[in-house]
Amino acid sequence: MIFTIAIRELKNLFLSPLAWAIMAVLQLIVAYLFLTQLDTFMLLQPRLAGIEGAPGVTDIVVAPLLQTTGFLLLLIAPAITMRVFSDERRNRTMSLLLSAPVYMSEIVLGKFLGVTLFFMLLLAMLIAMPLSLYAGTTLDAGKLAAGVLGLALVLSSFAAIGVFMSSLTEQPVVAAISTLGLLILLWIVDWSSSSQEQVSTLFQYLSLKSHFESFLKGLFSSADVSYYLLLIATFLILSIRRLDQQRLTC
Amino acid sequence: MDTKILISVEQLYRYYGHTLAVEGISFELAQGEVLGFLGPNGAGKSTTMQMITGNLAPSSGRVRINGIDLLDEPRRAKAEIGYLPEQPPVYQDLTVDEYLAYCARLHRISKGQRSQALQRAKDRCGLGDVSRRLIGNLSKGFQQRVGIAQAILHMPPVVILDEPTVGLDPNQIREIRALIRELGESHGIILSTHILPEVQATCSRVQIIHRGKLVFSETMQELERRLGSHALLLETRAALDTATLAQVAGVTRVDALGSNRARLQFGDGNPAEAIAACVAAQGWGLVELALDRQTLEQVFVDLTCSDIPASTGVAA
Repeated sequence: MIFTIAIRELKNLFLSPLAWAIMAVLQLIVAYLFLTQLDTFMLLQPRLAGIEGAPGVTDIVVAPLLQTTGFLLLLIAPAITMRVFSDERRNRTMSLLLSAPVYMSEIVLGKFLGVTLFFMLLLAMLIAMPLSLYAGTTLDAGKLAAGVLGLALVLSSFAAIGVFMSSLTEQPVVAAISTLGLLILLWIVDWSSSSQEQVSTLFQYLSLKSHFESFLKGLFSSADVSYYLLLIATFLILSIRRLDQQRLTC
Repeated sequence: MDTKILISVEQLYRYYGHTLAVEGISFELAQGEVLGFLGPNGAGKSTTMQMITGNLAPSSGRVRINGIDLLDEPRRAKAEIGYLPEQPPVYQDLTVDEYLAYCARLHRISKGQRSQALQRAKDRCGLGDVSRRLIGNLSKGFQQRVGIAQAILHMPPVVILDEPTVGLDPNQIREIRALIRELGESHGIILSTHILPEVQATCSRVQIIHRGKLVFSETMQELERRLGSHALLLETRAALDTATLAQVAGVTRVDALGSNRARLQFGDGNPAEAIAACVAAQGWGLVELALDRQTLEQVFVDLTCSDIPASTGVAA
């Protein structure tokens, strides 16, 4: 049942030009970034060759590329997630799901999975670029895998937060803006840590970005994985509670 | 006929903030019944229907669908219901076929039976010709039919339709009414509407809801007996005399309605012939002699328009 809803959600995304436009634009921007990073690497390569233990192509091209992609997707994710529940409520189609024999958790998980699948599709397309480097060189497969996994987790978190924000309001634009706000806040929350030592560990732990960075270094730590999983679970549970409570109040 | 209870609603209450929208509604629906839900706008019809289908949670009360408690086992209970809300819950971007296939999956119709169920629902709602068109491009009437198709797709024991004939043309209305009657033979149906003749044409039981309270609940037979007139309206050219009319055999009571109109009540057996003879004998000149039928509309108006006494009584 979760998959039925997820597949429907994914197909719905592709019914509107929005998903196609996002894929095309993102591909273009990331391709440009990829080429400039590659250029930088070509310039640095002769000098790096002499140094023992110098950063390789994965560190210079792939890691920054993934990080920038993550930030770009942060800006784009709200446009994808905003209509998940808002549209259903605006068009009064929510009652189709509510009167069908499905649990609220299945509805929320289905919607989340649908959006996440879209992000994974997007990610797969973008990863094709770094993978193309295999034609001329070899990459640090471990680092690449860690980075991709990190980005996948970051994107899933975006999806969970977006789904929750969409369940709060009937207005897709309001959902988009509040998702964007929360995502940016979670992205930059660790910036304050440099000035204030006291609160830094908490803020650093809360930041979406600081956990992502260790993945980009090729570090697969269960603490970081569980941070993302906790974040996703929290927002999905909040969405379920929110929708359940909506049946009581309005 | 099997009198299995399909829906039992007990003491349903629903508040919107401090506004009491539904106040202690209780009723039952048996298999083979078509229950007409009547009431003025904002009386709580849709709210009640949303609570029965699990779209809204009741503030208090119990709903059992086919013996399954909706609050304890929502998933099992909801499988027994087909629901068409006020606005058909259709996705504008899908074709009719895509939409119904999605609904079939949501209702866990097994793969083997899916195409058969789709075909049956489309045939019943007359959607065969538009099955590959986008729902958003269909007229309101067709969208409504898609909504009905969605509600009966999984052959639920209970079908709940919130104003199903809104936006349909007269032919479609007749088709849908026929469909409802046909479904009513094997299922239990709740139908809300503003159109009173629709209730008389399709329903086997009528409930009128007013200010969140159930104010009237009778089967169509009881209602017909009640409405089945025991009074005649008489109009003559010359002034008539009530005392003379009261003498006519069978007439139990005469109320004068002006100098040459009267309302005559009778017991068993229509005394129209004797009255006509009496009028002729007196030379009053018969203008009209007709059964005074109280219509459902009158019952409805009596129950829901008596605002002044009702509002003091119901004020919650």
